[in-house]
Amino acid sequence: MPLSVCARKAICSPMNTGSNNNDSSNGGGGGGGESLKVAIVGHVDHGKSTLVGRLFHDTGSLPEGKFEAIQAMCERRGMPFEWAFLMDALQAERDQGVTIDTSQIWFRTAKRGYVIIDAPGHKEFLKNMITGAAASDAALLLIDAEEGIREQSRRHGYLLHLLGVRQVMVAVNKMDLVDFDRGRFDAIEREYRAYLGELGVTPTHFIPVSARQGDNIAQPSAAMAWYKGPTVLNALDDFQVVTQPDDLPLRFPIQDVYRFDDRRIIAGRIESGRLSVGDTLLFSPANRTGKVKSIEAWSVPGQPVQAGAGDGIGITLEEQIFVERGDLASHETNPPIESDVFRARLFWLGERDLGVGSRYTMKLNTKDMGVVVQSIERVVDTDDLSAREATGVARNEVAEVTLRADTMLALDEFSSSPQTGRFVLVDGYNISGGGIISMEGYADQRHLITRRASNIQRVEHDVTEENRQHRNGHQGAVLWFTGLSGSGKSTVAVAVERRLFNLGYQTYALDGDNVRHGLNADLGFSPEDRAENIRRIGEVAALISQAGLICITAFISPYRSDRDRARGAGGEQFSEIYIEADLATCEQRDPKGLYKKARAGEIPDFTGISAPYEAPDTPELVVDTAALSVDEAVERVVAYIQGRFAIDAKPVAD
Amino acid sequence: MDHLDSLESQSVFIFREAFNRIEKLAMLWSLGKDSNVMIWLARKAFFGHVPFPAMHIDTEMKFPEMYEFRDRYVKEWGLNFISDTCPPVEEMDETLPPAARSAARKTAGLKALLATHGFEGVIAGIRRDEEGTRAKERYFSPRGERGTWDIKDQPPEFWGQFNTTFPPGTHLRIHPLLHWTEIDIWRYTLRENIPTVPLYFSQDGKRYRSLGDKDITFPIASEAATIPEIITELETTKISERSGRAMDHEAEDAFERLRTEGYM
Repeated sequence: MPLSVCARKAICSPMNTGSNNNDSSNGGGGGGGESLKVAIVGHVDHGKSTLVGRLFHDTGSLPEGKFEAIQAMCERRGMPFEWAFLMDALQAERDQGVTIDTSQIWFRTAKRGYVIIDAPGHKEFLKNMITGAAASDAALLLIDAEEGIREQSRRHGYLLHLLGVRQVMVAVNKMDLVDFDRGRFDAIEREYRAYLGELGVTPTHFIPVSARQGDNIAQPSAAMAWYKGPTVLNALDDFQVVTQPDDLPLRFPIQDVYRFDDRRIIAGRIESGRLSVGDTLLFSPANRTGKVKSIEAWSVPGQPVQAGAGDGIGITLEEQIFVERGDLASHETNPPIESDVFRARLFWLGERDLGVGSRYTMKLNTKDMGVVVQSIERVVDTDDLSAREATGVARNEVAEVTLRADTMLALDEFSSSPQTGRFVLVDGYNISGGGIISMEGYADQRHLITRRASNIQRVEHDVTEENRQHRNGHQGAVLWFTGLSGSGKSTVAVAVERRLFNLGYQTYALDGDNVRHGLNADLGFSPEDRAENIRRIGEVAALISQAGLICITAFISPYRSDRDRARGAGGEQFSEIYIEADLATCEQRDPKGLYKKARAGEIPDFTGISAPYEAPDTPELVVDTAALSVDEAVERVVAYIQGRFAIDAKPVAD
Repeated sequence: MDHLDSLESQSVFIFREAFNRIEKLAMLWSLGKDSNVMIWLARKAFFGHVPFPAMHIDTEMKFPEMYEFRDRYVKEWGLNFISDTCPPVEEMDETLPPAARSAARKTAGLKALLATHGFEGVIAGIRRDEEGTRAKERYFSPRGERGTWDIKDQPPEFWGQFNTTFPPGTHLRIHPLLHWTEIDIWRYTLRENIPTVPLYFSQDGKRYRSLGDKDITFPIASEAATIPEIITELETTKISERSGRAMDHEAEDAFERLRTEGYM
């Protein structure tokens, strides 16, 4: 079936119609009604632009004169008719025959309006594909029947999932080149369905088409009578418009605070949930609360009393609390997580590789924050979904990483709150990657930093720090041992305690099981409970230190955030001692047989095996137990203590 | 939230991002229908205020109705208005076709205003559905030191996060109307009762669908004398909006050349 020009009656124009116009003359959302954004994705040359051209032609959506204009452009280049020129507006795209950047074009069906987002299929322009696809409600992924599933077919499928595009249909194109063979279609469907299945994506439709000939685009195909499903056009109407979720917990990231007049307006867009006048809002991570006094708006029929997801609003508060851009407002129930460390699955678009230790600016909601790549867990091969260890993530790769922020963040897991559970990384001036957040293995630190009781005042002791130092001959201290299981923390701690005691020091060693018998008997082994376990030990160690003793703690304490909190409690008297031994050495020692059990999968979240160990950045002392004997290790710690905390007895000042 | 509400919300979000992130910001006001919707949206975003200058690049070739409109609404809307006239056409690139060469005056005028005031961000009311290269634009679109647009290497933009930092000497174009279509503009103008230059409404069987300089802009045949009639006309027309703008059609790449050099 050859293409014919769609002659339609039109209002007259004194000019010839556009040569390089986008020309969606009758587009738009339609009667104020809904409009659905569909991204067209897939490997380069699998026929994305041709399908769009065919769709517009067969639905009579081409503007007057557009077909002739494309014809003229092709003739100038001495080439056959090329539908891609409908959207390839750049000279370079036409001259090189490749879509460089994403584009948008509008059309309508009887049901609703559509924004068609064409996404480049060439690997070189993946950042443009992402720009297009991320803006869509749904995607149509094309696979060439003759070429089959290619690198970008899989990568685009994977990225759609990562970008949060949940609705996908697949069109197997160029069926005319394989004689409309059902077996070929079935084989591609089987293979690609299996791939998407592993990502947890179920395509809405699999459709055999020939975009060039118009089979199953707007009209059912006579050549493929064996196919009983809908045409592409009908399948488009099956997609749902994605609306921002009203029924999720409230997330209201603050964009700005305005004082244009006597009102102090806190402005932002509600990303999920609803808020009403009179609601008490919690602003994280500062943990301040305030009550909504009014919802402000200009030139509206009546002042609103509530607002929902997607609304760009401004509120005033009853109380004058400090609120700034980057704060995340919620209700007091279902607040966001607070953490300065989190895991992410990210795609990298930067010119330079992402590496461990690299610093970036993270944009999370309206917050800009410095982050460091703490570790790269694995790089995912989007071809077969296999994973490998790597020290860097190259452009266009997907990886799982752990990021550490400069200060506490308010964040959500992508799985529970897609709008606020994702971020981008900026390298220099450029957005260079995007990621979705998981807290797997990491604790919500909110309750660790929230002071619940008010009206607390510290009582001053009559016995001073100096009094105690004078009697003991040394300062109080916290010696915080950290290291892998089997690194020798307990062995060295117990021996140091004995040596110090013999030297006349007041000392006490805190060890894991002892504490869990009593003080922390209510705690289990969830990430939150582990964090709370360490928080309490940090506080107890600080008290023992204030009592004038040398307190030695021997806990794996794998997370920097937890150790930093213990340092905060211990103050000047706190020293972090890294009991260092590599994993292989520790596993070989395996004094309690724990590694064996962890390897067998009997212990979940075992540090070093299935949960992270974050080595200290700048410990006061490193004791390498792989190289040193126990005695040598003990001497090193004792020497450090003597040098740092011993004092010559001298009279008390008063 | 209906279609127009969601378009409005997205524009408001972009205005607020631009105002927060960019120190020296100005908005282009061409006096056309899109420009007026843009000012309206700024007042929505900032609760009745327009907290940056509205800048008019005066070609001195606009229609008298447009200048009247300007003088009235600068006062009524309380705009911080700045304007400058463009250099003569003789100074423009002579390899450009005549209408494009005339339009290039606006680019030169804009560059001069940017240099005078040191603006780092310019808000412009272009839309993706107007024209093919605009369809490929970003909300926050970087311009080089000479105001040029690198169309072959645009930054990624997704998840409501924008490239808001830029090297010294360059600037950003911010496009809060990028996702609107022509018919959206009229529906919103109707809903919000936004003032409009009367040239858009049919007189003696003709009306202007897009307003530019009077020497290179032509009316279309139309009986649409009210906004509802315009909307009805647009629901069925297959003629493109900028068909009456001569500079778009002189050569296949005329408009792309204008835009890469810094045209809106």
